[in-house]
Amino acid sequence: MITAEHLTRRYGTFTAVDDVSFTVEPGRVTGFLGPNGAGKSTVMRMLVGLSRPTAGVAHLFGRPYAALPNPGRRVGILLDAAAQHAGRTGREVLTLSALMTGVERARVDEVLAVVGLTDKEAARRVRNYSLGMRQRLGIANALLGDPEVLILDEPANGLDPAGIRWMRALLSGFAAKGGTVLLSSHLLSEIEKVADDLIVIGGGRIVAQGTQEELLAQAGDQGLEELFFDLTASTAREGVVA
Amino acid sequence: MSSVVMVPETGAASRAAQSGGVPFGRLLLTEWRKQIDTRAGRWLLITIGIVAAGLLTLMALTGGELRTYEFFIGTLAQPFALLLPVIGILAATAEWSQRTGLVTFVLEPRRVRVGVAKLVASLLTGAVAIVVGAALAAAVHLLVHLGDGAGDWSLSSGLPGGIALALVVAMVQGVAFGLVLQNTPAAIVVFFVLPRAFALVGMLVAAVKDVWPWIDLNSAMTPLFVGDPLGGTDWAHLGTAATIWVVLPLVLGLIRLNRSEIKSA
Repeated sequence: MITAEHLTRRYGTFTAVDDVSFTVEPGRVTGFLGPNGAGKSTVMRMLVGLSRPTAGVAHLFGRPYAALPNPGRRVGILLDAAAQHAGRTGREVLTLSALMTGVERARVDEVLAVVGLTDKEAARRVRNYSLGMRQRLGIANALLGDPEVLILDEPANGLDPAGIRWMRALLSGFAAKGGTVLLSSHLLSEIEKVADDLIVIGGGRIVAQGTQEELLAQAGDQGLEELFFDLTASTAREGVVA
Repeated sequence: MSSVVMVPETGAASRAAQSGGVPFGRLLLTEWRKQIDTRAGRWLLITIGIVAAGLLTLMALTGGELRTYEFFIGTLAQPFALLLPVIGILAATAEWSQRTGLVTFVLEPRRVRVGVAKLVASLLTGAVAIVVGAALAAAVHLLVHLGDGAGDWSLSSGLPGGIALALVVAMVQGVAFGLVLQNTPAAIVVFFVLPRAFALVGMLVAAVKDVWPWIDLNSAMTPLFVGDPLGGTDWAHLGTAATIWVVLPLVLGLIRLNRSEIKSA
């Protein structure tokens, strides 16, 4: 459903993403794991056409994202929950997306209910939202077009434990109905309970990928957390921001 | 928060409903709505309205014999050409300054279409402003001549078209500067300061005297506000100056829009 082939992104002499290839299957939740600055966000931007790869290609449904007609109806995307117009109300943010993608207005109320934002909260301006509320609004925005694929960058950031549990249930439910989910995190604990497959990135390169069972077997006695720490520690860079 | 998690559908229902890409009309409506659905946008328009009303009142009280309809129209034309482009600047730069580009440009990856929608939406706002301005001017003109019946509704033949063209040029320039700079404060500063700094150069550097009318947009636009039909040289001046200050920035802005990386910070 999502394929990345040899994705590379260089900024001057700095290689942010280096020859990254993976496939994200429908009906499964795929966790994209790596420390801050490992290149997760850059990869996700390349998947959806916001960044041009220096080399390599990314496809959704077998074509580049930018070639999808009205992509908002097939792919739900949340790249940065903090990046929303502070002067608009939550409801207005969703109404604009509905207007653009041609989704009927009733759908705005549906997704608000799905993410648990009340009418009163939806009527407040985004500048008064906590990060957790912004995540819920961003997820509502991603779900608005009734998509088959979800691409979410750090969606658990700012959610309280109950919120994280809620999101896990939402994502596994979405995948159980045949949806494709790619979500990133820098914390194993946020995604190990929900991810069927894991892609681990460190220093711009993929350092491990497979089903969670496969990686657990590889980790053996030391456990997943130690394995990831070992895999990504050698590639970690100081002070690099994706 | 409820403990029951509603699981969204995965899109099977809407598959049939989706057809081609996002139609331009829908993009245009969205962009037009984005100009007025925030406090900043709304207050900008209200402020322009207040400035217009204030200027008209002032001129009604002090204009004496001059108070024809054309006089009141002329009162509003230059302030509008100065203020309305800010709407275009905001429309063009908000995707970066408010970081909404992360959503806008994944919903419509053909970014140039979004840029053109912003441009057309700004021109529509400008058209509405002209109609409202003309109505305000008419109302004030009517009021000041209620008693004396000395109203004069005649307009110079070149004036309506001239003012409309001037506002189009100014509006497109605002959007173009916004798209080139992708930053609200920078675009506003450059929009207001650069032409004036340029005018200083024209005054101080004798060598540019001959080419000056061809490259200075401000002086090239002046005939548009006078009301006389433009002559061939006037059009030529306007054409070259607008190419430099409006067309070129617009093309550069659209190229940058198309190529640049959209990031959250």
